[in-house]
Amino acid sequence: MKKGIEVSIAASIAAKLARVEVIAAYPITPQTHIVEHLSEIVANGELDAVYINVESEHSAMSACCGSSAAGARTFTSTSAQGLELMHEILFIASGMRLPIVMATVNRALSSPLSIWGDHSDVMAARDSGWIMLFCENGQEVVDMIIMAFRIAEDRGVLLPVMVNLDGFSLSHVIEPIELPSQMMVDKFLPPYNPLYTLHPNKPVTMGAYAMPELYTEAKYAQEMAIINSKEVIKKAMDEFGKQFARQYKPVETYNTDNADFVFIALGSIGENIKTAIDELKEGGKNAGLVQLRLFRPFPSDELLSVLKDKKRIAVIERVMPAGAANGPLYQEIASLMCVHNMNVQMDNYIVGLGGRDVLPESFTDIFNGTAHEESTVPVRDKNFKVIGVRG
Amino acid sequence: MRQKSIELYTDNPEEEFAVSGHRACQGCAEILAVRLALKVFGKNTIIVMATGCMEIISTPLPTTNWTLPWIHVAFENAAAVASGIEGALRILMEKNKIPREDIRVVAMAGDGGTSDIGLQALSGALERGHKFTYMCLDNEAYMNTGIQRSSATPYGASTTTSPPGKKSIGQATWKKDMAKIAVAHNIPYVATACPSYPFDLFSKVKKARMAEGPSYLHILSVCPTGWRIPTDLAIEYGKLAVRTGVFPLYEVENGQYKITHSPEPLKSVKEYIKGQGRFKHLNDEQIAKIQERVTKEWANLKSRCELK
Ligand SMILES: Cc1ncc(C[n+]2csc(CCOP(=O)(O)OP(=O)(O)O)c2C)c(N)n1
Ligand code: SF4
Repeated sequence: MKKGIEVSIAASIAAKLARVEVIAAYPITPQTHIVEHLSEIVANGELDAVYINVESEHSAMSACCGSSAAGARTFTSTSAQGLELMHEILFIASGMRLPIVMATVNRALSSPLSIWGDHSDVMAARDSGWIMLFCENGQEVVDMIIMAFRIAEDRGVLLPVMVNLDGFSLSHVIEPIELPSQMMVDKFLPPYNPLYTLHPNKPVTMGAYAMPELYTEAKYAQEMAIINSKEVIKKAMDEFGKQFARQYKPVETYNTDNADFVFIALGSIGENIKTAIDELKEGGKNAGLVQLRLFRPFPSDELLSVLKDKKRIAVIERVMPAGAANGPLYQEIASLMCVHNMNVQMDNYIVGLGGRDVLPESFTDIFNGTAHEESTVPVRDKNFKVIGVRG
Repeated sequence: MRQKSIELYTDNPEEEFAVSGHRACQGCAEILAVRLALKVFGKNTIIVMATGCMEIISTPLPTTNWTLPWIHVAFENAAAVASGIEGALRILMEKNKIPREDIRVVAMAGDGGTSDIGLQALSGALERGHKFTYMCLDNEAYMNTGIQRSSATPYGASTTTSPPGKKSIGQATWKKDMAKIAVAHNIPYVATACPSYPFDLFSKVKKARMAEGPSYLHILSVCPTGWRIPTDLAIEYGKLAVRTGVFPLYEVENGQYKITHSPEPLKSVKEYIKGQGRFKHLNDEQIAKIQERVTKEWANLKSRCELK
């Protein structure tokens, strides 16, 4: 049964349902409700877990590394500057193959200081070796957090997983959400059974350094692990669908079958794009939406099969690609197209920075070619358009 | 006293937890301190190590110098990693997922990883009261990256980032008093130690091991390479540091100060300074200034002990 619940609260309940054992977290807007509620759950004895009130996000991720290495199911959550402060340790967590799960409540980066939502934070961490999932709504946040542990802890994966949800526009809204029962979650998610742990009974060395003869091999093994994780992710999604009757795919589509034109986007903005698509449809025009639920590993095959017969692609991003030729998502898709000799008109639109509202009209305007757009840097090789910049 | 010392020594297992084959420089007192301390910590220990000399000399993949569970995450976070491990052990034992045992988590870092970049994480972990021991291996500079100054580098010392010159005496600030900072956290046990005084070290490690909460050990670890002294003199210089009052040996149990080895009458600081390449540019006036400071600090420490 669905009930109205704030998405942040639902996220913390999902962590509880996953029976997390150690939480080390530091508050930052708009992630605060998640950690506040989790600490209440632990304080009330509703969850057998240790909540470590660390003094910073750097220590949050460091403590998570320690606890995961010692064999405890570990959860944290952060946003923006917090994710940046963790940055160094993100790479170490993935390199050490520690199945930590983190809810990242996406928010703009300073400066100027902005507490509102966009994807600057996660995009700056996109190559940190974490599996990255993106949620469109509150139900997905709950389901992804539960699935994230199953994926992360799979013996064939053993990688940290980041569940991304948009700050405020998703984290702070009240939505009808179905919270699964503990029994069902327990059936889907077995207890964490680590391969190696820090224990005197069977001493291991973790986090050694590699000479040049071995570093490449270690990184290659890590790369293969994240590439191969896609099959595990798909399987987890399938099994989740079977058990909970909510089906997820690495790449989700909306009205793409009949459309020559597709939007590609990440996160909760998909809902506004869908509204625009519905409006266009009423006017007899066809546009589709491709949502990347999975961003790392990049779901190349799934994207190709959706995009192969399209004529125009509008890549929508919520990050300012400082000094780059294009936004990060555009660049990935463009390189895919290039490798596969696909010649499609592709445009890159930057929208909704620092919490700026993006209404469905922006997308109908993009489709109709009437969007008020202004590229901030008139460089020839730069072909992204920033929507709605005031002069 | 002697009897007790011998007991402390023979109590320790013959087993080595930091085994041979590591690549520390000849005469390194830091690896000696680690090796001796681990004997007292014993088998039920998990080591967290910060980036630094000890990590680099001991774990080139796929080899390891450690027969205990050991983890290195980064330079500034040994205390935070230890917090996570301690938390995990607590909940896993509570849930009967692992046997209930007295396992001690020991975080080790150099003076840089402790008094500079790692100070925040250390303060956080001490304040939160995790049951763990933090060992600062103080060789008075960033040795792993090639002898750069830290906030624990003594006044006047030459390092690659505090070189003496026309406008510089070398390190221009006084050594940060880390042990005092640890004491300010009101933790059960804080002590200074030096492997030149192994029995004193054993007894302090034992107390740190047993503390019902965080404990902090500040260990002077002579580094022949960085101090520019002959490799066979590390033990000797550790002794001189203590005998001159430059590095007093004391402990603070639940706030009570106690000098554990009184070197009075103190030798002159000059005796400690003169053979070290890192101080060779200092003139008599500068050495006198150091002497004045050391005398004052020694009196200060004594007065704190007499407060009892
Ligand atoms: C964030 C970060 N900054 C800088 C370094 C480079 N670095 C590695 S070890 C080290 C110095 C270590 O000095 P110390 O902690 O005193 O230990 P020692 O090597 O002297 O035993 C530095 C600067 C690093 N690893 N990480
Ligand atoms: S540089 Fe100094 S501390 Fe580092 S291994 Fe050599 S002697 Fe030991």
